[in-house]
Amino acid sequence: MSTVLKMVPDKRREKGLCRSGLTLRDNRNEVLARTEGSGCYNGLTNMPLKEADPIFFEKLASRIRAVLVDARETAKKIAASPIVEQEGELCFTLYNAAGDAVLTSTGIMIHVGTMGAAIKYMIENEWERNPTINPGDMFTNNDCAIGNVHPCDVATIVPIFWNNNLVGWVGGVTHVIDLGAVSPGSMSNGQFSRFGDGLQITCRKTGVNDEPLRDWLHESQRNVRATNYWILDERTRIAGCHMIRDRMEEVIAEVGIEVFESFGYEIIEDGRRGLQNRIKSMLIPGKYRQVSFIDVPYKHEAMSTPAQYAKVDSIMHSPSTIEIRADGSWKLDFEGASRWGWHTYNSSQVAFTSGIWVFMTQHLVPNERVNDGAYYGTEFHLPYGTWMNPDDRRTGHAYAWHFLVGSWTSLWRGLGRCYFGRGYLEEVNAGNSSTANWLQGGGINQDGDFHAVNSFEPAASGAGARAWADGLDHAAAIWNPEGDMGDMEIWELAEPLVYLGRAIKTNSGGAGKYRGGCGFETLRMIWKAKDWAMTFMGDGYVVCNWGMMGGYPSSAGYRFAAHNTGLKDRIANGESLPLGHDWDPDSPQWEFSLGKSAEVIRDKQTMATEQPFEDYDLYLNLIRGGPGFGDPIERSCRDLEADLNGHYVLPRFAAAVYGAVAKQDAKGAWQIDDAATAARREAMKRERIARSMPVRDWIKQEAKRVAAKDGSDQVQHMYASSFMASKKFLEDFRAFWSLPKEWILRLGEDGVTGFGQQSIPLDSLPDVRRVVLVDESVVAPEDY
Amino acid sequence: MTSYTKKEVGDLVDGRLPFNTVHRMLSMPKDVERFELYLQVLQERVSWPDKIILARGPHLYIVQDAKSKRWVNKCACGHVMGEYHENWKLYANIFVRNSEALLNELQPKLMAPHHEWQEIREFICPECGIMHDVEAPVPWYPILNEFEPDIETFYRDWVKLPLPEKAN
Ligand SMILES: [Zn+2]
Repeated sequence: MSTVLKMVPDKRREKGLCRSGLTLRDNRNEVLARTEGSGCYNGLTNMPLKEADPIFFEKLASRIRAVLVDARETAKKIAASPIVEQEGELCFTLYNAAGDAVLTSTGIMIHVGTMGAAIKYMIENEWERNPTINPGDMFTNNDCAIGNVHPCDVATIVPIFWNNNLVGWVGGVTHVIDLGAVSPGSMSNGQFSRFGDGLQITCRKTGVNDEPLRDWLHESQRNVRATNYWILDERTRIAGCHMIRDRMEEVIAEVGIEVFESFGYEIIEDGRRGLQNRIKSMLIPGKYRQVSFIDVPYKHEAMSTPAQYAKVDSIMHSPSTIEIRADGSWKLDFEGASRWGWHTYNSSQVAFTSGIWVFMTQHLVPNERVNDGAYYGTEFHLPYGTWMNPDDRRTGHAYAWHFLVGSWTSLWRGLGRCYFGRGYLEEVNAGNSSTANWLQGGGINQDGDFHAVNSFEPAASGAGARAWADGLDHAAAIWNPEGDMGDMEIWELAEPLVYLGRAIKTNSGGAGKYRGGCGFETLRMIWKAKDWAMTFMGDGYVVCNWGMMGGYPSSAGYRFAAHNTGLKDRIANGESLPLGHDWDPDSPQWEFSLGKSAEVIRDKQTMATEQPFEDYDLYLNLIRGGPGFGDPIERSCRDLEADLNGHYVLPRFAAAVYGAVAKQDAKGAWQIDDAATAARREAMKRERIARSMPVRDWIKQEAKRVAAKDGSDQVQHMYASSFMASKKFLEDFRAFWSLPKEWILRLGEDGVTGFGQQSIPLDSLPDVRRVVLVDESVVAPEDY
Repeated sequence: MTSYTKKEVGDLVDGRLPFNTVHRMLSMPKDVERFELYLQVLQERVSWPDKIILARGPHLYIVQDAKSKRWVNKCACGHVMGEYHENWKLYANIFVRNSEALLNELQPKLMAPHHEWQEIREFICPECGIMHDVEAPVPWYPILNEFEPDIETFYRDWVKLPLPEKAN
């Protein structure tokens, strides 16, 4: 089993909150012990409730799930924040007394695990005794050291009582628009540790008798910028939680508390078995290896940080091995991952593991029964000290999604190989896009209010290509199964930024027989703002996805902004304006519609801290595309024609990458000459053979470069960081390149920054017990 | 349990299956017999007599060599790329895009990765020139061996098919 038990039996055996008389902590430890002993969740080798009356079991599951979905839809209307109201960035989940997820609503499902981690933290650290847990209490958590993804996901947690016994929990989470971090926006940028990430609340009791406490309201409001949204978001969460709690009380009154409690355990075991069956029916046993990378570009002057030691370029490394065993159990092993760092892209172990289910539910477990059963059916190895399981309490997490999204994209490929091998081509997906750019910022808005913004347009990024069709264009984000770019009119109400264009981002989807979905680009003009500043966030130097089975990765991002644009005069004079597409950044056109003294930024530094923007300045929000599938020279000519006529592919790349021989008719419509294209593609195959070399020869040549450590600072930093925590990765690396056994690259050696090799763990704090939910073993090289 | 015809499976492979059928495939429980139909479809499309055991990609298979009964990796064109348990990439040709100019053949400069951070490696069949895979790693990264299937367990216990004879 995947659970690493830190059991410290409570000898006092005082009367606890559970119906059995056990304390919450003893109860949870017993659940874990029964799970460990039997291999089945809570020792449920049989499921008496389900076996006795499977129809009743299903009906109860559907009923509870409907309550959760209904509460989400109703509560959502309370929020004013477009992130919640338009994008649906909220989620409600029911937990059993042990803090394991029973059922969840639609929405940002990653929080099935993160809110559960907060409940487990309260259980493990005996909140039952102090601050005490009573009917009508509310707890608030957004602490990334406990398991939250990033501080802006704020959770309200409400206990469910029956006859003065705690019989479950309900958690509700919303993605708030601002969290009072160093810079405005929900996922602020530029800080490099927890101490700039914004307000962090550790399972604090924030309400009694169903009412928020006044000290909490006063304190929290003055620690965030967008106060109105903050208050309404909290009311959204509270309303949803209370709605669910009240309806659960009705359910209990009807079916009886014994049945309700049994159901809350059995359905998790049901979920565990469901995953195992699904693995056997869809995958192929064996070992699958994949890797992904994303950039950490902190050195550039556009990234201002308060500490020089954070001004380091590096690269996130996320290697994984999926091991699928004969019995349908599996292990996801991330040995070799790079260490945590001085940036805001670190992730807690729970955010990492829980988030994986968000996309697994889109193919491997595509049902509404998302609960902790899948977690109990999966072994995770996340070495302690890596970016996905930091062993340091100072780590920053505000933009954890940069790494999470970058890391998970490779898992699609591993599973895709299974689906492809079995002939379930309909399930294959080449991977997800990096969901960026994040347009964030703040200042005085068009209504004269102090305000912060975070455009959620990347909720409609391009999706990965499939093995039978193109990826969806501007339609999806890995973290929210209900992709939606939001209405321009609503964003214009929320942001002092006028739309000068919203168009498909040509060439952003990865090339392939089936093309990756394209993202889109919106050009915003700052309008009626004062003291306004904005950031850029996303990948630029590195593209995280790879393409699959001959397909190419998607495009990487870039940055466009313009200041002192002269647009005020140009509008007054009726002259041309920059509108719509930034067609081909190799031959920029917008610049022809700007004043002579305009200052234009075009570069790959897509991470930038707050830069001032004035009215009539321009900001490009470029939403990324997905990777491709299959050799591009096998793409159908008709699909390519549609690409050209719909502006999905730039003509010169249709020729260079796809071998298209195309011409435009008198009306400008593209037509492909099939025969000439076929001939061109045959020639391309011969050219490929002629200019490539045998892999074994290339390895010999490249090994010299590796031995000599010939690589950029960021490349060296990534390897040094990964070697530090993994003897296996170092030894495999040496073996592949036939390096001598003393070859090594260390943090702190010539040219490789080494600040921060010592860690300060969370449980070095007095009275703190960490909740460990993964195998976090580390075997470091002895000679590091 | 839904089931599909060999023609439908063939149309799926060709990307020509109507969406409502694909949608049924996505939303209904999986058809166990798909694997056999799929192998039949793939086998009919190759010109050589070796039995396909598992598909590694659109043009790359693990096959049982008709004469020697050894299991090998084989391109659709017939080119053999090592034994089935080996990394087929070590038998391929490679073309590495590790400069701005080479990356600019794929994307506008600002939309391509930066060559000091990332390179693109194309794995080509040395005989027919098809591109079997593309890696996009950080420089120095060992070539990945992506897929080591446990074919014996898969055939015997999971899809319950007779295991083809294996001489290696
Ligand atoms: Zn070939």
